[in-house]
Amino acid sequence: MFDKLIEAITTMQEEEALALTRGLLEAGADPVGILDACTQAMEDVGKKFESGVYFLPELMMAGEMLKQISEMVKPMIQGQGEGKKAGKVLLGTVLGDIHDIGKDIVGFLLDVNGFEVRDIGIDVPPETFVEEARAFKPDVVAMSGLLTLAYDSMKDTVDAFKKAGLRDGVKIIIGGGQMSDRIAEYSGADACARDAMDGVNLIKKWTGKE
Amino acid sequence: MKERWTTFAQDAAQKQEALFDIWLSPRITFESPEAEALYKERVTLYKDAIQMRVPKRVPVAPSAGSFPIEYSGINWYEAMYDYKKLSHAWEKYHTDMDPDAFNAPRTIAPGKALEALGLTLYRWAGGGGLRNDQEYQFVEKEYMKADEYYDFIDDPTGFFINTYFPRIFTELEPLKKMPLLPPIHEIPMMPGGLIPFGMPDVQGAFAKLAAAGNDVHQWLAEVSKVTLSQMAKGRPGFSGGITKAPFDVIGDSLRGTRGVLMDMFRHPEELMEACERITPFMIKFGVASCKAAGHIMPFIPLHKGADAFMSQDQFKKFYWPTLKKLIIGLSNEGVVPQLFVEGAYNKRLELVDELPRGKVVWWFDATDMEQAKKTVGRTNCIAGNVPLDILCTGTPDDVKAYCKNLIDVAGKDGGFMLVSGAGVQGAKPENVRTMIDFSKEYGVYR
Repeated sequence: MFDKLIEAITTMQEEEALALTRGLLEAGADPVGILDACTQAMEDVGKKFESGVYFLPELMMAGEMLKQISEMVKPMIQGQGEGKKAGKVLLGTVLGDIHDIGKDIVGFLLDVNGFEVRDIGIDVPPETFVEEARAFKPDVVAMSGLLTLAYDSMKDTVDAFKKAGLRDGVKIIIGGGQMSDRIAEYSGADACARDAMDGVNLIKKWTGKE
Repeated sequence: MKERWTTFAQDAAQKQEALFDIWLSPRITFESPEAEALYKERVTLYKDAIQMRVPKRVPVAPSAGSFPIEYSGINWYEAMYDYKKLSHAWEKYHTDMDPDAFNAPRTIAPGKALEALGLTLYRWAGGGGLRNDQEYQFVEKEYMKADEYYDFIDDPTGFFINTYFPRIFTELEPLKKMPLLPPIHEIPMMPGGLIPFGMPDVQGAFAKLAAAGNDVHQWLAEVSKVTLSQMAKGRPGFSGGITKAPFDVIGDSLRGTRGVLMDMFRHPEELMEACERITPFMIKFGVASCKAAGHIMPFIPLHKGADAFMSQDQFKKFYWPTLKKLIIGLSNEGVVPQLFVEGAYNKRLELVDELPRGKVVWWFDATDMEQAKKTVGRTNCIAGNVPLDILCTGTPDDVKAYCKNLIDVAGKDGGFMLVSGAGVQGAKPENVRTMIDFSKEYGVYR
């Protein structure tokens, strides 16, 4: 009974997906089953992305549908808990850089892929990254930056983690317009994501979700 | 409706030659006969590269970006508010480093003018809320809502006056009251059309515009000095004028990245129609701004059609049709679009390889230059792509190695300009110097 919903999501039929969800809920379908169907659909969308059929627009659209469906379904499963998260990611744009669109896209994709994301905003100083990491205990720290000045901010942030003795406990990933493997090495990060989904996939691998 | 800008005109080549003549022989006073000869030699390097001949050597110029600010030891606040310091910084950078072409400091907008209008589309040092050492940065939002497509499509100019400007300039809020202009064409409509102009708040908005205009003129007086001085020393501009791909106009600062990506599913017809609607504006603006500069290459930064943003089918459907019209529209006026592909076009190279010979310059950032040479590079000039990560964190030897390979691969048989992959802010000065000096020497065609 969830097949149609899965198909609507994977073929980007937003209105149909929402209407089907409404219908399922009214017919008394299991809300947890609806969320499982969404997870299944997101995996299908992810596969189509991997094989080069889908791109960022489809990932965003699928995420958008998932969000709306979750909002409809969640009030009905309160008390049952949120389910186990795939992992924790601390996300921010580094000091000096106030760009947020790339960071927000990554945060959104991580969220709809089941990660617990703490977004600490833009222009984040190294010490704030460290303090937030101490409190949040993330599996992965993800640093965003569009400008070349971010190269040194990223390096300073990784250094701050080393100084605080926290570097070994986390994986660190960077991403943004002018970022590269060279800059990952320069800053001391573990990897550079070529684009948003590449970042999500790397994080999935690190956290053992895949 | 008649489809326009579908074919390249027969007389486009003559018009291109006429514009090259203007670029080659500007009406300025050169510092010396040697400077004049050097200017012409350099323009000829670029002309040969554009027209797919083998120049004497590869023309070399990094994209200055905001590098001259840090290089001359001033900060962003000074650059945006002290116009003398701004022009001095650009003068110093170009004179010290001696690239084959200069970039005017026109992208560093005057802070006072932006402040007078209360711009919210960007943040910047000083009145724009950033620290003095921070470069200006774009604030992405949905400045046009999804349900406003037809307001825009019906009347782009009216939409900008009545809706967009009041949103991005706090001080231009009263422009909401401006009348629709085309109905004012007979005497009964005239008094009504003039009512807004008698309102104190609307008059106040025009006073702010006048003040901002005055600031811009003060700024212009200084930044124009760089252009004149650099040309007098024998250095042409790298570009003149600017325009954008229609999809990016809608996607960048009207709908925003997220908005425009969703629109591909939720409002595809409106999105395509909006791109069509803005196309003539971008053609006219590109031609006019380029000709006003006495140049031939308007700068055209390409954003959201890059590999990472959309699929090939989406590119074909939403991005390329109106970009192609822009290219044809500009080319038919003799102008050579300088297409700056930010990110990468590795998946697009074959698709966009359908332009006649010597019409455009493809300037690449992260695209594979070897592939570019084998595709679009067979018919049109390619430019690029010394990466910022090397310029910022590498050594002069790293820079040399990259430039050598680039000249060997992309520079083979001409049709190539050596440029950085993006503005070189943050680069080590010795790396910028090496990029220029080494490439000038190694890039000689023998």
